Amino acid sequence: MQNKDYANLKRNMLSTQVDISKFKDFDFEKATDEEKKQQDVMGESTTFFKDGMKRLRKNPLAMASIIILAIIIVAILVLPSIVPYKYDQSMMANGIRDRGATNLGIMEYSKAELERIDAGEKVFPHIFGTDSLGRDYFIRVVYGTRVSLSVGIVAAIMVLIIGLVYGAIAGYFGGMVDLIMMRIVDIIYSLPDMLLIILLSVVLDDVLKPIIEGTILAKLGSNMISMFIVFALLYWVSMARLIRGQVLSIKNNEYVLAARCIGTKDSRILTKHILPNCLSVIIITTALQVPSAIFTESYLSFLGLGVSIPMTSLGSLANEARAGLQSYPHRLVIPAIIICLIVLALNLLGDGLRDAFDSKLK
Amino acid sequence: MNNNNNNEYLLKVDHLKQYFPVKDGFKTLQLKAVDDVSFAIRPGETLGLVGESGCGKTTVGRTLLRLYQPTAGRIEFDGDVLFDSGEQYDESGKMIVDATGKPIRGKKIDVDMLPYRKKMQMVFQDPYSSLNPRMTVEDIIGEPLDVHNLYKTKAERRERILELMEIVGLNAEHAMRYAHEFSGGQRQRIGIARALAVNPKFIVCDEPVSALDVSIQAQVVNMFEELQEKLGVAYLFIAHDLLVVHHISDRIAVMYLGKVMEIADADDLNNNPIHPYTLSLLSAVPIPDPETARNSQRIILEGDVPSPLNMPTGCPFRTRCKYATEQCAAEMPPLKDRGDGHFVACWNK
Ligand SMILES: Nc1ncnc2c1ncn2[C@@H]1O[C@H](COP(=O)(O)OP(=O)(O)OP(=O)(O)O)[C@@H](O)[C@H]1O
Ligand code: SF4
Ligand SMILES: [Mg+2]
Repeated sequence: MQNKDYANLKRNMLSTQVDISKFKDFDFEKATDEEKKQQDVMGESTTFFKDGMKRLRKNPLAMASIIILAIIIVAILVLPSIVPYKYDQSMMANGIRDRGATNLGIMEYSKAELERIDAGEKVFPHIFGTDSLGRDYFIRVVYGTRVSLSVGIVAAIMVLIIGLVYGAIAGYFGGMVDLIMMRIVDIIYSLPDMLLIILLSVVLDDVLKPIIEGTILAKLGSNMISMFIVFALLYWVSMARLIRGQVLSIKNNEYVLAARCIGTKDSRILTKHILPNCLSVIIITTALQVPSAIFTESYLSFLGLGVSIPMTSLGSLANEARAGLQSYPHRLVIPAIIICLIVLALNLLGDGLRDAFDSKLK
Repeated sequence: MNNNNNNEYLLKVDHLKQYFPVKDGFKTLQLKAVDDVSFAIRPGETLGLVGESGCGKTTVGRTLLRLYQPTAGRIEFDGDVLFDSGEQYDESGKMIVDATGKPIRGKKIDVDMLPYRKKMQMVFQDPYSSLNPRMTVEDIIGEPLDVHNLYKTKAERRERILELMEIVGLNAEHAMRYAHEFSGGQRQRIGIARALAVNPKFIVCDEPVSALDVSIQAQVVNMFEELQEKLGVAYLFIAHDLLVVHHISDRIAVMYLGKVMEIADADDLNNNPIHPYTLSLLSAVPIPDPETARNSQRIILEGDVPSPLNMPTGCPFRTRCKYATEQCAAEMPPLKDRGDGHFVACWNK
């Protein structure tokens, strides 16, 4: 009876309500429990990380970058134990320095080595030739890559730790704390970093030399240490700014308020609720920080402010190659290509990570 | 000393004020989100709180849970004073001032909330942003248990979580799922389970159904009622929909621009509304029966809601009220008992 009433009601032409009169009868069957259960079946559970990795795997540029980086890393770890030369030793023949082994070209042998080969001895080839002091260039490139890459990674980790802690505190507590902390960041931002690095390495050179003597750090040299200090002092600011921005926007979510309503401590809210939600930004920015540190290191080494001799880095190899550029261009080209490869691969990987993990682009 | 009172009310809010500083160019203005609100809730009772969007309902809920630091007022819960800014008020609700016009202050009280977080909880308005997308259901519901050390062994924790999921009607198999995999109604259930985890005596339900589909709204409202019967919790049930509030509430408070205009028994308010604002709210409720709907006269409010940054003097409703007189512009009407606990703040009705 009631149904009839509805059917007779005049309908507005523009009404979007379901037209009940279209249904002949109202004896719909009720859903059985089993049918209701079917609605409960949900898709496979995917976590944020799995999801991101799946997308990353579909990105050919990022995958190629990962492969290139993996090859480079394996090479710098394994090659020093395969190649029988040392990065800081000139070629020797019969207990004295082999004068004929300087400035060899790619895959060339010195006279002394040719004699040994004729005598049936096996001599490992100089894949990239030798430098002006008769040191095997290939192994020097391997060591240079080692140094450059570790500088990049260590610097990125330092920047990450300092920037993360600083930015998270400023963003979370806000107000006066944020204001003061961010003005400090602004001041550091305005300092000319190159000038500061050059000044600091000159000053720190005297201070650090006695301190690091005899330790492994001495091998890297005081220049390198001052470079790390400068990275630690200066380069975290952009990371801190970025993280602060993220924390500011995430802390306005109701789940943070809900956590406070539960009675969760600030430290737990930061580590359990806020930081996991800016993880993608953290990973991406750190990945992009590595090439920028490698670049700075190369640039400084090229100016002669890098690692101390005889240790080398890709930048100082390029610097040394300047002298004989006309006759031995490959000595500049090889480290330059490797720098480009590493920087390009890390940048592409960083972009790939952003595409895969940044939820705003989904 | 005042045992009688303690037994009667679980929560008592007096002259609560929450002003937010808002920057306007170089000036800092005060946004009076909640301005002198008083009410009380008995154990196991539901007080409905209705009002237009932006009238300060959420702010009342969050301030009395001390998620915001109150600007002024007094909050008493379960016999303990949680917050008291110290102002004294006389019988008619006027602040007692000394000769120079400064308020006479009593003792200030501001307690550590952690032990009370076990007794009062909140269900949030937006089921999408109130659950951390990086946490599983188990971790979300388990967090209050972790924070308050409510279990001895891992197995005990898990058992309690599954029990809570069952209470709110969630499938136990979904404990390891992430919040973003659930529908709005299921998410709201997760939020409710989280609030129930500590066995609270009082829950602020901040429009818990307004973000949900109409078909699911009824289910969730019914669940709130069942939970109340089973567990004896008291609710402050916030909504802008009078129908839902009338269904679940024992008493209803009507808010307008940060002030309470009328508090009464749910049925009393529905059948015998007094305040002009309540009248207009009731006439805006869609009437299911077409015949009555045609015969009833709608009171259509004219004008816009004034900005809370720039409130009218006296009664905040006077810019839209057809009964407004000069007295309304001069002074805010006090909330007065019109018999049977029906309180109204109006000069002329
Ligand atoms: N943290 C804050 N800072 C400044 N202003 C705020 C803040 N929170 C709320 N407000 C303001 O206070 C007023 C009341 O807001 P509130 O969220 O309490 O309204 P509401 O009644 O819950 O509205 P709705 O029904 O839309 O949820 C609004 O004008 C709002 O802009
Ligand atoms: S006090 Fe005056 S303005 Fe306010 S509701 Fe009553 S009649 Fe209207
Ligand atoms: Mg609200």
